[in-house]
Amino acid sequence: MTVDQVPTTPATPALELSKVVKSFGAVVALRSGTITLHEGSIHALIGENGAGKSTLVKIIAGLYRRDAGTFRLRGEEVDFHTTAQSKAAGIAVIYQEPTLFPDLSVTENIFMGRQPTNRFGRIDRKAMRTEADEIFARLGVSIDPDRITEGLSIADQQIIEIAKAISLDARVLIMDEPTAALSGVEVERLFAVARSLRDEGRALMFISHRFDEVFALCDTVTVMRDGSYIATEPIAETSVDELVRQMVGRDVAELFPKLPAEIGDDVLVVEGLTRTGVFHDISFTVRAGEIVGLAGLVGAGRSEVARAIFGVDPYESGSVRLGGQALPKGNPRVAMARGLALVPEDRRKQGLVLDESVSRNVTLAIRNSLTKGGLLTNRAENAAAAVWASRLEVKTAALDAETGTLSGGNQQKVVLGKWLATEPKVLIVDEPTRGIDVGTKSEVHRLLSELAQQGLAILMISSELPEVLGMADRVLVMREGWLTGEFPRSEATPETVMFAATAEKEDAK
Amino acid sequence: MTATAAPPAKPAPSAATRAVSNLFKARETGIVIALLAVIVVATIVNPNFLFSADGFRDLLLTPSLLLLVAVGQAIVIITRNVDLSVGSVLGLTAYLTGRLFIDLPGIPIIVVFLAGIAFGAILGLVNGALVAFAKVPALVITLGTLYIYRGVNVAWTGSDRINASDLPADFRGLGTGQILYIPILTIIAVAVLVVAAWVLRNLRSGREFYAIGSDPSAAHLYGLPVTRRILAAFLVSGALAGLAGVLYAARYGTVSSQAGTGWELQAIGAAVIGGVAISGGVGTLWGAAIGAYLLLTINRALPILGIQDFWQRAVVGALIIGAIVLDRVLALRQSRKLLEIREEGR
Repeated sequence: MTVDQVPTTPATPALELSKVVKSFGAVVALRSGTITLHEGSIHALIGENGAGKSTLVKIIAGLYRRDAGTFRLRGEEVDFHTTAQSKAAGIAVIYQEPTLFPDLSVTENIFMGRQPTNRFGRIDRKAMRTEADEIFARLGVSIDPDRITEGLSIADQQIIEIAKAISLDARVLIMDEPTAALSGVEVERLFAVARSLRDEGRALMFISHRFDEVFALCDTVTVMRDGSYIATEPIAETSVDELVRQMVGRDVAELFPKLPAEIGDDVLVVEGLTRTGVFHDISFTVRAGEIVGLAGLVGAGRSEVARAIFGVDPYESGSVRLGGQALPKGNPRVAMARGLALVPEDRRKQGLVLDESVSRNVTLAIRNSLTKGGLLTNRAENAAAAVWASRLEVKTAALDAETGTLSGGNQQKVVLGKWLATEPKVLIVDEPTRGIDVGTKSEVHRLLSELAQQGLAILMISSELPEVLGMADRVLVMREGWLTGEFPRSEATPETVMFAATAEKEDAK
Repeated sequence: MTATAAPPAKPAPSAATRAVSNLFKARETGIVIALLAVIVVATIVNPNFLFSADGFRDLLLTPSLLLLVAVGQAIVIITRNVDLSVGSVLGLTAYLTGRLFIDLPGIPIIVVFLAGIAFGAILGLVNGALVAFAKVPALVITLGTLYIYRGVNVAWTGSDRINASDLPADFRGLGTGQILYIPILTIIAVAVLVVAAWVLRNLRSGREFYAIGSDPSAAHLYGLPVTRRILAAFLVSGALAGLAGVLYAARYGTVSSQAGTGWELQAIGAAVIGGVAISGGVGTLWGAAIGAYLLLTINRALPILGIQDFWQRAVVGALIIGAIVLDRVLALRQSRKLLEIREEGR
């Protein structure tokens, strides 16, 4: 690590990243990360899911090491190998999910690793406690410093993260979507704290999907897209429309050719589905041959709705009808038998048995029908799997290769194959192309499109706007557990969908 | 767990604090009461259990070696790991102790102690390195080293054994001697316990063991030296098993290749009974130490109470399950209480 001693002047940025690159194997997560934070200023970083924001944050935090580009802190070039180094350099990162030790007290959580000690190295609990009281008094919050952190609300946990940053006297504070799980009052409290930290001359970076918050809190905004820096502007000189254009700005139609399909009768009818605190009064239909996109931000409750429909999660009121027949609650077995298939969000954990062979995975959902006289033979499995592997063009060395050795895209094809083998009437796909390369991505899209042509009803949950706009015949939008928009293909534009997904929550009800 | 020397807090949250800290207190007082109850009942049935010179000595002496091993084990468990190899480490160092006295006549006792501790520490370090660097669960690694260390022991010892006559009288005196009616072994064990418990409560490094066990990935994000602490935990566990091995030779005089077999499970049992959560982050070394006393005192009390040999193990098993169920109930009650406080605060 070379340290060029540059005298710090007020004009020197607190933190400066320029053309930072980070890739994981063949996947480039960050093409050109550029951002400049100044002291006494709050800087917003916005972009779609997968734009590279989190990777950028992790590089600043010392969790990842950059492959190329420059990273300066108060004018000095730095290169962090560990989170301890970035912390020592005065950077505090508050992650979306607070990271606390549930079994330890609030005070210990704030000071862990750098507790005040006396001459003999003994932790000075009294001093530690006093300092915690002082920080909480300054933040104007009342959290019992002696209680353990288990059971604290997300908002209080975030306050503890901020208390940590203050006790560190961090000069640079990064907040990665801190408001995602907060209520209106809690957001106000957080903003008040953030402003006072700014006024003390600290540099803050704020990542959020909510434009109202960005405009209410921040001084400058940087937009990222597809791992690249797009633009930085003072907040006063930009607008929501402008930002949305910069975030989405790409030719959507060309990427995903949607084949025309004949749209038939209602197959899946969901009415008034509600689960308190998760989703409310969700009603929609999906027709044969139709692809319905379900858009929204991460955490809007889309996957939860899909899981409730399929019967994995409970719901309190409402109904699900499949092909005219009511579907019982909480019974995935019946849902499968009636022709419902769910390709889950996390294919490695929920979609596949990674240690098992490709053919085992493909035949997992139909193994009962392959069984003869109570026995399931490799031959029957391989024969059934071979059909789907060739139809989906799964690239694997052999059908008995471990599924974990396949690429992400091919793994996703195996999951699709598993469910298509059950010959479903309705296919729910949750983030079907997350984390897979561009080539396989368009193959998956073509496949979904062909399936719709053959009369399958498809509900596609996706956080990628171009995917939703390119594929869906109709777009539903969810925000914070409510259905906030429904657009036919002709009316669904990046602007309308993004607005329905992000606008202030006051008009959500 | 929570600071007791804290100045009076704001009225509202202090009620919660008291509730929480009382629960923690209840955990350790619970085992002490259980231990006292066992002693009282056994003494009523047979007064010699406590009120004879031998009875009192055995009460203190028998669990002392297990206490050392349980303290090391508890430190490892607090970091959300486990050390199954301690019984084999104890056996190897006990045999090493005998060999040193036989092969190097006149070797100073203190050198033997240091050699035993150092040897145990190295064996522990091997465990720690495999766990911390190879990222294989400790359960698997230390199950492997349990067999490897025992295998080395058998290969080295063969059908040979160390006999009491091979050991110098001064050394054997340590195993049976007393100072003011307190066995020397007990004094050593309690001294180790006091130091280790103080470190875990009062030093940064000590608190970091708890943090790592409470949430390993958060510990990583905090920038805590996770690898170093895990190495240290296994090293201490090995060193204490090594010390226990030397003392085992002093106490029993006879060391075969099977010395210490099964001690790992007793040590884990002691820690769990004493309130050390098997999932890490919770518990105290004092709890584990009292757990060791409870476990072995029950073992000695059951024959006096006329309970047949083969039921004794079942009683120990019931005790372990009972302790875990108790922990679970307490944890549930606590999280419910914390949730209520949170709802009221709205």
